[in-house]
Amino acid sequence: MTRTCIVIGASHAAAQLTTSLRQEGWEGNILVIGDEPHLPYHRPPLSKAFLSGEKTAESLPIRPAAFYQKNDIQFRQGRVTAINRDQQTLTLVGGDGEKDGKSEQLSYDKLALCTGARVRKVELPGSDLNGIHYLRNMADAESITASVVDGRHAVIVGGGYIGLETAASLSQLGMRVTLLDRGPRLLGRVTASEVSEFYHRVHTEGGVRIHTNIAVSGFSGNGRVQKVICADGAEFPADLVVVGVGVLPNTELAEAAGLNVDNGIMVDEHCRTSDQNIVAAGDCANQFNSVYGCRIRLESVPNATEQARVAAASICAQNRTSEFLPWFWSDQYDLKLQIAGLSRGYDQLVIRGDRRTGRSFAAFYFREGRLIAADCVNRPQEFVLSKRIIAQNLAVQPDRFADESVPIRELLLADSPALASAGG
Amino acid sequence: MGSITFIEHDGAEHAVEIETGKSLMQIAMDNGVPGIDADCGGEAACGTCHVIVDGNWISATGKAGDEELQMLDMTPDRAPTSRLACQIIATDAMDGLVARLPEFQM
Repeated sequence: MTRTCIVIGASHAAAQLTTSLRQEGWEGNILVIGDEPHLPYHRPPLSKAFLSGEKTAESLPIRPAAFYQKNDIQFRQGRVTAINRDQQTLTLVGGDGEKDGKSEQLSYDKLALCTGARVRKVELPGSDLNGIHYLRNMADAESITASVVDGRHAVIVGGGYIGLETAASLSQLGMRVTLLDRGPRLLGRVTASEVSEFYHRVHTEGGVRIHTNIAVSGFSGNGRVQKVICADGAEFPADLVVVGVGVLPNTELAEAAGLNVDNGIMVDEHCRTSDQNIVAAGDCANQFNSVYGCRIRLESVPNATEQARVAAASICAQNRTSEFLPWFWSDQYDLKLQIAGLSRGYDQLVIRGDRRTGRSFAAFYFREGRLIAADCVNRPQEFVLSKRIIAQNLAVQPDRFADESVPIRELLLADSPALASAGG
Repeated sequence: MGSITFIEHDGAEHAVEIETGKSLMQIAMDNGVPGIDADCGGEAACGTCHVIVDGNWISATGKAGDEELQMLDMTPDRAPTSRLACQIIATDAMDGLVARLPEFQM
């Protein structure tokens, strides 16, 4: 009998997992269930090139429909409401050709949970007014784009990457942008204060008015938002509000099915959940990371695609593992930030380049003399170098990293000549 | 119409049809060529679509731009004709082009 693999979530992870399944030789059925009317598409541009109008919806799909047809990968739109692990079935609501509320049972041999994450919503007076947006999917981005009016006021709530990217895009589109963050500095959870100061400066130069240490207490307007109101009494005029205060992993389905869940769906090094027929990959999964020696849940495209490859191999009964080094990127204005590794727990910061007046520098995070992360702004060489040093756990001399008279390549060469020359 | 051939590090060949105006990265993705990861979707941000353009074909593709060169500079397996496939836009003049994939994308 033909076996069936069902993938829940038409995400970055699903696009890779289904492709990898065919590459690994899976001959059975492959069905992807997603709740949006789209094939898997690139999400990162939604707050960047798509919002600023440089990219169109046509350029967003990760692979074209023809690819999935050729590889016999099926898609259905709908919502999975339950998984029955004993029966190896799931309940699909709102599937093709089904009337509202009607559900059907689908059988699986293997199941992949690529359910991703959803935005954290604020529940404050007026938070359901029109004109208050979140940004996670294409419909969100389209509705924000449709609300952009040159010269009008946009208020961004949250000074994380999504908030900053959105602020940059809307400012470039001619809106008067105010950004509010409840913490003492931008990117407070993820970068050193030196990097926060840099982004504070470039956004101020870009025309964004930034207020930190300020808590939003509500929104007011007549049907449509007109003001953002803060706990200290301050009010900000707003024609458009975008809230970017983080995401929550979509783990309820897994939890209800009795899988182990703890800040994400717990998976082993092969991306298998506590059920041998179910794998998980992407923002919803929590996995031990061998580079950092601890369990982490990452919100990142490269992580999703890497886990998807490993998960596909597991479905095909091959035990693949990955020594994945987390990395991320963020585009704001003319600034390409590339982040290698996780900086949590660093004890020394070394800056290379001029972060105070320039637009290109790298911040290296060390712990006990070892490089653990780097934030590289318009510094692709430092980024690639850092990935290699961290992934291979190379011994380096932190102080040399600040000295721009030392060529980048020599940061590696002088300290570990054998590896540097072997690596080319 | 014409074709481009991607050759994986282990020698596996993938001949794919040229789609003028698309990047070589997207063409590889559209055809499921393994070994082109293209994590960032073509922003020259990740360096996971490194290809080594074969022989004289570099005159058809052109050499790497500044930003691209910097990405490639620290990459293992770097060769004189290394490019990021997302930065090469396919033209009819590339019929017959061969692009080799490194053992590892960074």
